[in-house]
Amino acid sequence: MRIGLFVTCVNDLMYPGTGQAVVTILERLGHTVEFPAAQTCCGQMHANSGYRAEALPLVRRFVDVFEGYEAVVAPSGSCVAMVRDSYPRLAEGDAALSARVAELAPRVYELSELLVDVLGVTELGAVFPHRVTYHTTCHGLRMLRLGDRPERLLRNVSGIDLVELPAADECCGFGGTFAVKNPDVSTAMLADKVRHVLDTDAEVLAAADNSCLAHISGGLGRLRTGVRSVHYAEILAATDGTLPPRTEPAPAAPTATPTD
Amino acid sequence: MTERRMLPLLPHGSGHLAPPQAFPRRAKVAVGDTQLRANIRRATHTIRDKRAHVVDEVDDWEELREAGRALKERVARHLPELLERFEQAATAAGATVHWARDAAEANRIVTELVRATGSDEVVKVKSMVTQEIELNDALERAGITAYETDLAELIVQLDRGEQSHILVPAIHYNRTEIREIFRREMPDTDDALTSDPAVLAEAARRHLRRKFLSTKVAVSGANFAVADTGTLVVLESEGNGRMCLTLPETLISVVGIEKIVPTFADLEVFLQLLPRSSTAERMNPYTSTWTGVREGDGPQDVHIVLLDNGRSATLADTVGRQALACIRCSACLNVCPVYERTGGIAYGSVYPGPIGAIISPQLTGVERNKSLPYASSLCGACYDVCPVKINIPEVLVHLRQTGVDGARERPSAERTAMRTLAWVMSDQRRYENALRAARTATGPIAGLLAGKRTPPGGPAGTLGHLPWPLSAWTVSRDAPLPARQSFRDWWRKTHGEAR
Amino acid sequence: MSTAREEIMTRLAIALRDVPADETADQVPVARDYRHAGESDPARLLDLLDERVSDYRAAVHRCTLDDLGATVTRLLTERGSGTLLVPHDVPEDWHAGYTGTVYRDSANFPYPLATLDETDSVLTGCAVAIAETGTLVLDSGLTQGRRAITLVPDHHICVVESEQVAATVPEALARLDGTRPLTFISGPSATSDIEFNRVEGVHGPRHLDVILLP
Ligand code: SF4
Repeated sequence: MRIGLFVTCVNDLMYPGTGQAVVTILERLGHTVEFPAAQTCCGQMHANSGYRAEALPLVRRFVDVFEGYEAVVAPSGSCVAMVRDSYPRLAEGDAALSARVAELAPRVYELSELLVDVLGVTELGAVFPHRVTYHTTCHGLRMLRLGDRPERLLRNVSGIDLVELPAADECCGFGGTFAVKNPDVSTAMLADKVRHVLDTDAEVLAAADNSCLAHISGGLGRLRTGVRSVHYAEILAATDGTLPPRTEPAPAAPTATPTD
Repeated sequence: MTERRMLPLLPHGSGHLAPPQAFPRRAKVAVGDTQLRANIRRATHTIRDKRAHVVDEVDDWEELREAGRALKERVARHLPELLERFEQAATAAGATVHWARDAAEANRIVTELVRATGSDEVVKVKSMVTQEIELNDALERAGITAYETDLAELIVQLDRGEQSHILVPAIHYNRTEIREIFRREMPDTDDALTSDPAVLAEAARRHLRRKFLSTKVAVSGANFAVADTGTLVVLESEGNGRMCLTLPETLISVVGIEKIVPTFADLEVFLQLLPRSSTAERMNPYTSTWTGVREGDGPQDVHIVLLDNGRSATLADTVGRQALACIRCSACLNVCPVYERTGGIAYGSVYPGPIGAIISPQLTGVERNKSLPYASSLCGACYDVCPVKINIPEVLVHLRQTGVDGARERPSAERTAMRTLAWVMSDQRRYENALRAARTATGPIAGLLAGKRTPPGGPAGTLGHLPWPLSAWTVSRDAPLPARQSFRDWWRKTHGEAR
Repeated sequence: MSTAREEIMTRLAIALRDVPADETADQVPVARDYRHAGESDPARLLDLLDERVSDYRAAVHRCTLDDLGATVTRLLTERGSGTLLVPHDVPEDWHAGYTGTVYRDSANFPYPLATLDETDSVLTGCAVAIAETGTLVLDSGLTQGRRAITLVPDHHICVVESEQVAATVPEALARLDGTRPLTFISGPSATSDIEFNRVEGVHGPRHLDVILLP
């Protein structure tokens, strides 16, 4: 099967390890993954903030880039939800674009949908002997209805100690621009999420969306909890029981000088 | 787009519908109020679990929701004829039907009707719409005292406070606070009054008993208005509704025009959806229906005031109109993570929570209510529980868009940023240059910012503090930094040049 | 100057310009795929009603028509009720044996509110009962009287006959006349207004006895 990878702009810039993990998993299963370099961003932030006119060219672009693929996979619940749920609405009024969106959108899958529903695999030969808890991100849970697909995949990872996250279905408080437009409420929501994560005693927090994870891990980091956050694809890709080290930023870092 | 331009023809509503300051500012205060947080958290969690339990028991819940949604759509699309039918049937049954374009007109009508009875006091059944139009204030200015009889409304009224919830306006008070208010404001209490809810309910009963038996005029709202029969329907728990609807001589009901249901039989859907969604009961203790005047039984002078106040303007928006389907169950408030942390007063409208964030700006016009459509993380919990399937996240995004479109011509830093970003994202070369710039720039920037890239003790690859406006992020969260190598660079290296 | 009614109608017409002029309300599809009928076995229906009414902390009693007077008398005695109000068309057999004062209320000779307020108990029948939700529906018809009498006294005894029991809400509404004044009663008066905790007993009757006849 010819699978197009939509890595998403956030992962491209910030979390390349997640994209690499998806490629590793699919190639290990014997599939050909292609990464069309013309891809950029799905336009979610624009659309959800009310900038429809600005989002529309990105919708067109996405369709141009991906409509030739049998299946498109993205390691992001919210970007897939954007394509499947919001694209039809954004394309309204442009009959040609609407038709192309309607044709493409059903073939755009979140990683666990592709693996479980399309490829029919739940056992990936991964090894990860660590205590992990899983946060069900809102768009995966309520828009894509991923159900327990990601957990089913994780449960088959050898050595994993997968513990249930209390109130896993509650929003972490990220919500895109919500996190900066309503920082106080967002932080209050984050505090509860962090508390629940700590309650599990997990070493690693996994989720299907790096944008939510950026927010939660930002809180876990600020509090120096020592809990690591990763996209669950990275756990599924691990065969030697470890995760690649957290990526360091590009240029050589000036030495940290604790001045304050 | 051209459609929307016709909207200014339709006047918006007024009343208690928009916060005097933007939501984030009011939310900041609420989030810092520890007692409020504890009260709301406890109450919302209690009702959430109960609702889930009593909804799970119904195996045709989804079919009921769909029927409820569809019936409300039928009503919305054919409101004029259904209103006419309602008016005709209610009039034939002996009621007098009045029409009010806005809050001021409705208040004037009710005030005149009360005056005509010669009474200077009224008893009130809990009604959102009379709070929306601020009827009590209008009556007070006319020298008429309105007594709220619903326990929660009574608490708020005695404390001269604000409503914070659709179903339980006093949800932000705990039992100890309620006991203090009763002790302070109810003449017939003494120190023996405890904070046991049963004791407090008993105190309210004694306090209001004489009023019920002696007051000649009652004011109510209605949950439903049946077009075919001219019937009004009120659901309640305490019996204060029955008191007001049966004992006085004159009954004045203020009813939003969207409350219509086509036929009596259609109530079979809503009488199942509403109690389970609101108080998490199979059925609420009391539901009363009345059709005009019934000789020898109940009020002999019956008035109905049909209110627009921004509803027709809301109806004109083909995406936003679904908000008019709301049956005010409050389930969306109870599951909302934002509401749980701010309570209702932060929304500055009688309609708080998710439904408030979509209905208030539509009634007033988005220009007067810019911040509420952003008072949501779009998590979708509200849509999942809504008994009439209002797609609240969809309407929120749509209203954000309306606000953005309405301000197209005014300069805004946000729009500039969004446009720039979209411009960058719509071209591969620009996008790749931007990725590269982001990666190379953050090192030095990080160096400049307090001289550290990784906060001491913090995880690698994160930043502790950023300048405004990104400080809104780093106020509570470390910020991630771009990776050393972008995904596409890795791909080129490992898989060769992409197509 | 146009009236408010005309102006609102004009506004609505403008607001609904997307609705085709020839579309009628009935053409907007409403799928009624929800359950209409429920349990049909009379004995099981009565058991379900019993269970559901009890869940609201109302007291349920079962007896035959022959024992009805004795059951009512026992309930009134237990509560120490010295006065009983009944609609004029309630058969005297329903409270045979009761020795307190009985007021018979009718449209022609209604008792004043003050009397209702001083009355200890009220005894009525009902129009329909809904088993699944534990609800009694009164429609001011035979044996039910006007609405005020089942509201003001603090104790209500309601008699339900087996054939009055509907399983579901749709079944119940189909048996009712929407133009009569209806009161749906599900348990004693209650409130959830303090911390979302339900407590029984506010303004309506705080004590509800339901007698089920086979
Ligand atoms: S929007 Fe839906 S869930 Fe919220 S109050 Fe209205 S009917 Fe209930």
